[in-house]
Amino acid sequence: MAAGVATWLPFARAAAVGWLPLAKKTMPKPPIDKKNRNDEILFVNVSGLRFQTWKNTLDRYPDTLLGSSEKEFFYNEDTQEYFFDRDPEMFRHILNFYRTGRLHYPRQECIQAFDEELAFYGIVPDIIGDCCMEEYRDRKKENQERLAVDTEAEMATDTPLPPHSTHRERLWRAFENPHTSTMALVFYYVTGFFIAVSVIANVVETVPCRPLKGSKKDLPCGEKYSLAFFCMDTACVLIFTFEYLMRLFAAPSRCKFMRSVMSVIDVVAIMPYYIGLVMPENEDVSGAFVTLRVFRVFRIFKFSRHSQGLRILGYTLKSCASELGFLLFSLTMAIIIFATVMFYAEKGTKGTNFTSIPASFWYTIVTMTTLGYGDMVPNTIAGKIFGSICSLSGVLVIALPVPVIVSNFSRIYHQNQRADKMRAQQKVRLARIRLAKKGTTNAFLQYKEEGGFHDRDHDGALCLKNRSSFEHQHHHLLHCLEKTTNHEFTDELTFSEMCMTESVGYRTSRSTSISSQQGVSTSCCPRRAKRRAIRLANSTVSVSRGSVQELDTLHVHKTTIRPQSRSSLNARTEDLKLNCDDRDFTAAIISIPTPPANTPDESLPPSPAIPGILRNSRSSSFTHETVKISSL
Amino acid sequence: MGAVVGTLTLQTRSRRPSRDKLDDDLELSIVCHRPEGLEQLEAQTNFNKKELQVLYRGFKNECPSGVVNEETFKQIYSQFFPHGDASTYAHYLFNAFDSSHNGSIKFEDFVTALSILLRGTTTEKLEWTFNLYDINRDGYINKEEMMDIVKAIYDMMGRFTYPALKTDTPKQHVDAFFQKMDKNRDGVVTLDEFIVSCTEDENIMRSLQLFENVI
Repeated sequence: MAAGVATWLPFARAAAVGWLPLAKKTMPKPPIDKKNRNDEILFVNVSGLRFQTWKNTLDRYPDTLLGSSEKEFFYNEDTQEYFFDRDPEMFRHILNFYRTGRLHYPRQECIQAFDEELAFYGIVPDIIGDCCMEEYRDRKKENQERLAVDTEAEMATDTPLPPHSTHRERLWRAFENPHTSTMALVFYYVTGFFIAVSVIANVVETVPCRPLKGSKKDLPCGEKYSLAFFCMDTACVLIFTFEYLMRLFAAPSRCKFMRSVMSVIDVVAIMPYYIGLVMPENEDVSGAFVTLRVFRVFRIFKFSRHSQGLRILGYTLKSCASELGFLLFSLTMAIIIFATVMFYAEKGTKGTNFTSIPASFWYTIVTMTTLGYGDMVPNTIAGKIFGSICSLSGVLVIALPVPVIVSNFSRIYHQNQRADKMRAQQKVRLARIRLAKKGTTNAFLQYKEEGGFHDRDHDGALCLKNRSSFEHQHHHLLHCLEKTTNHEFTDELTFSEMCMTESVGYRTSRSTSISSQQGVSTSCCPRRAKRRAIRLANSTVSVSRGSVQELDTLHVHKTTIRPQSRSSLNARTEDLKLNCDDRDFTAAIISIPTPPANTPDESLPPSPAIPGILRNSRSSSFTHETVKISSL
Repeated sequence: MGAVVGTLTLQTRSRRPSRDKLDDDLELSIVCHRPEGLEQLEAQTNFNKKELQVLYRGFKNECPSGVVNEETFKQIYSQFFPHGDASTYAHYLFNAFDSSHNGSIKFEDFVTALSILLRGTTTEKLEWTFNLYDINRDGYINKEEMMDIVKAIYDMMGRFTYPALKTDTPKQHVDAFFQKMDKNRDGVVTLDEFIVSCTEDENIMRSLQLFENVI
């Protein structure tokens, strides 16, 4: 029952007095209402906008935030009001819901913001009144579609591969998104070229060439240079077959792939050739074989992989299937009607073209589509009258569904444009975010350089640049991380410098200082091959790759090397070297142990070593081995 | 083609007058009714200011125009009795509330009736009930009127009752009623007979006190 009806309940109960004289039995006792009947005005302050309402109004819906005791959490004792730090404009609509019992959706508000407010106040969106429900649903669906398209686009294209992808997955990805690797791009263009060649060859081979010597008749080029064309055809078919087999191999779900439209087109494009190979040179059969060659023209559809516009067109036609069906149906009806009429109108004429109703179909179609070849014309007056009616109605019937198809096409086209625009903007956005991140870490590094760490007393004379309290706390956090992992942050330049010096140092093979032991081969140098989620073996801080690639500031590579002792350091260099060859390491890591001259403990706890870096031994005077981690 | 266009234009032309009529209707229904002052109502009824305020707020919320017409009244009342059909009884109830008999209940009617029902004397309450039963307002309740009222009440029960309703249950009920109320056995019940008979019945007297504190 609506809340409003509740106000009439006392009245209905009072009207029950009218039953009393008729009652056969005594009335039951009424429920005792202990509630304090006195109504009071509540004050609700929403971000400064003060609302006042009766308590009863809010109590109408006890399963929402304002109607239940949940609002007590927001009660401010000092000001004797309920304070909510939310949008005051939206609150108007929420409060109106309590007052009138109908929730309205304000058209100028963002649908997501509205949904969030409803969720906060505990109101289920299903109560939106009929007046606004349709608009709400439409906007919500549109928003969801947009989000789905965006996430799809985001995921589909530029996401890096998952770390342990097999060759098959990589191959599939190369086929689907040719922009990801050079090989894929090359393959993409090669196939495109061969499709074009094949199509052109099919066309050219029917053009008449100059005849052979001694013959007067023009020959089609296909027969004159049959060997050349055959070789070209073979080459194209070979490439297409190879491509198809590769796709079939790489497809994650082979059955689904085989049923997809593109694969069917592929098969149809290459089948005629193979059928032609196996078929004997028989006179009867070659007629059918010639028909099969028609299917070679389907190769042109293979271009739809290369052209997005074609795909959009195909998708539009698919989505307008119902309109097209209606168009077809109505045209068929009209054709049959008019053909019948024309046939009977022209029946009497001698030597008429309208020999049967199906024969009149041709006339009707040509007239309704306003082609008017003129190979069949009515002669009788009745025939001419009906012919003119036919052509006039043809224009109408065809013109009606066309705008629907056009609007569908435009919608899909714009959707695609938006996806492309989003992708382009995404790149810029990511770059900007990356720059901002770099700024933060650079600030931290700068702070360190200026010796901020040694600033024990905060009102010291160290004049650092002005930092907000947020920056203070953030830097403190980063400092804590450094202390935890026993590594330090550094920047890319320093890192690459170290890299170079280490590689040189390795070659001189000094065996006394640890710094020489860093067999950092050149492959360890910054190379943005891949990024991986890494966990430090014994560190409590697990640095894992953020879901957004631009947030990667820390990369620590995990290896299994556990250099235990100094003596083993020498022996390990080979292993280290091997590890270095493992390309899976981020550009960021390198450790540059500060050269301490002390002997390592034998009981060094296993610690993660980074290729090229040997963890320095623990010593009493523990100087930090720093792993300079560059930011990205 | 021309004929088609012609018929289309004819259609549009004929539709216009009806649309004007619709606009007129809209204007009429926006007419609002305001009740008399708070003091006057307080003097006329047995409610105090606060109670009148609460009642009016609820009333105005539901009927911003200040009046309730029969359709709305039936709808509201039917919501309390979803099992059966309360429209007939609501019709009689509406007539009882509508003291000025103009087809709509204003706030004054509403509050006056409530005042009688909840805060009135026994005699007033019984008089109100007599007016409810006396459909044609001739001062007498005859068997047909009673039959209608009782049938309307049984209609509110709906089909699924225990024990099941028989076709002559209302008739039996009416006969029992007349047995009790019609003192001089003339086939009609007058107001005095009604009040006297009810006052004699202890059950009725007791029940009348139950509805004191509904508001």
